[in-house]
Amino acid sequence: MLDQWLYIGIFLGISLFLPAVAIFLASLLSPKKPNAIKNSVYECGVETRGETWVQFHVQYYIYALMFMIFDVETVFLYPFAVAYGQLTLFAVVEAIIFVTILLGGFVYTWKKGNLTWQ
Amino acid sequence: MGFLNFLFDPISSISTWLSSLLAGWGLSNEIITPILYLIGAGVLGTGALLVTLLLIWAERKIIGRVQDRFGPNRVGPWGIFQSVADMVKIFIKEHIIPSHVDPIPYHLAPILAVSAVLLSLAVVPLSKTTVGTNLNVGLLFIIAVGGLGELAILMAGWGSNNKYAIIAAFRATAQLISYELPMVITLIIPVLLTGSMGMVDLVEAQKIPFILAAPLAALIFFIASIAENGRAPFDLAEAESELVAGFNTEYSGLKFGMFYVADFLRAFTSSIIFVSIFLGGWQGPWAVQIPILGFVYLLIKSVIVWFVGVWIRGSLPRFRIDQMVDINWKILTPVSLILVLLTAFIDKGLGLSSIYLRYIVLFLLNIGVGALVIQLIVKQVKKTEVQVDVGSRERLVARPENMITIHHQE
Repeated sequence: MLDQWLYIGIFLGISLFLPAVAIFLASLLSPKKPNAIKNSVYECGVETRGETWVQFHVQYYIYALMFMIFDVETVFLYPFAVAYGQLTLFAVVEAIIFVTILLGGFVYTWKKGNLTWQ
Repeated sequence: MGFLNFLFDPISSISTWLSSLLAGWGLSNEIITPILYLIGAGVLGTGALLVTLLLIWAERKIIGRVQDRFGPNRVGPWGIFQSVADMVKIFIKEHIIPSHVDPIPYHLAPILAVSAVLLSLAVVPLSKTTVGTNLNVGLLFIIAVGGLGELAILMAGWGSNNKYAIIAAFRATAQLISYELPMVITLIIPVLLTGSMGMVDLVEAQKIPFILAAPLAALIFFIASIAENGRAPFDLAEAESELVAGFNTEYSGLKFGMFYVADFLRAFTSSIIFVSIFLGGWQGPWAVQIPILGFVYLLIKSVIVWFVGVWIRGSLPRFRIDQMVDINWKILTPVSLILVLLTAFIDKGLGLSSIYLRYIVLFLLNIGVGALVIQLIVKQVKKTEVQVDVGSRERLVARPENMITIHHQE
């Protein structure tokens, strides 16, 4: 068990190491001639105005909330799916009721028009 | 016999030979395992990155042919060395770092983008005997690592201090987060049929590929994985005509190259994942006896799925953002949820012991649900269809409340 995660850890190290080394070598090889105009923000030739780091459009929060709800739901569904072979019909129906309650919420948000992009 | 064994299964033969060699040097088991893991991970990672060069060339060539162009045809035969030349060029290009970037996310993002793609290869079984690691939560691991790619895009967009980049990052996050849902939900069906989340178990359970038991689920997963990769027709995050180059506008040199590599490699790894989950991975005739054949089968199947993805990329126009959101939230997510419920209920309710009967019932269920959904969509489209006469001054406006706006001319 620990062995498997050791492999993941080593693989994570390698997969970070390979691109990092490539970028490091390239930065050694590449020319470095920065100037103020070259380093300015690229906006198709127009000078940039105002802050870039602004707040998100509120629409994104609604999708993020919906995502959270359903993602947590699927986290509950995975153990159910793994144990599915040993479950009785009654347990399956219970899981279905659980999902149906959430689907009710989904229908509610849909009817409220929150799923329509504004 | 020993030679034949080596031919049939070179990778595990080499690994046993290496481990016995290291044991001969008097190393203990606790040291040998990490060393072998390190070599395996290094070979897999480097190999995947090198294959990307070939993939980039092949994809450009195919897209070129689809769009009635030649594609790369100057460097080497059929332009096959084009991506090598590109790599050399991009390697010695200047790294322009804009003056007001947020340094940590800006510099970390390209590394993380590649790393996220490579990591998903760690749990995919390449043949009967060759698998990076048989994690018992392999499927969840793949999904989690897929989420890491989104993080890289968000970091790139936020760190760049560029308005195009940040709009692209917002869009990408909304898109990737949304499409993760149908992906995760449809993956429940293979887990239901297998009773395990380990990738090795998933592949081994597919004596008959799961795509026959769950064709609709496979289709939804395929669409969602295209959207997760951010490729056309879901390439809103790098819509050239609107956002310059999207989240990687401010990147240059190899940092941009890393996003490029991640994008093209991700298309292939996601097809490997699709093949492993729905098309039986390395399974095929004699794949158990001759493991190297399994590797070949996996490769052939993946290339076919990958080609379909490239074909779609070359053929379909980009979706508008409201269409992208609608397709996910109003079609894919509810359909996949209902499909999972129906699959679980009908499969348990009938309690069929014969695997063939079970597959037939589930196949019919999938086709039925699919037909129903298509009918509903057609009905909805008919309702919002707008008719405009030729020569009239009325202009068709794309409205979010129209799920799919159709320009209808008489």
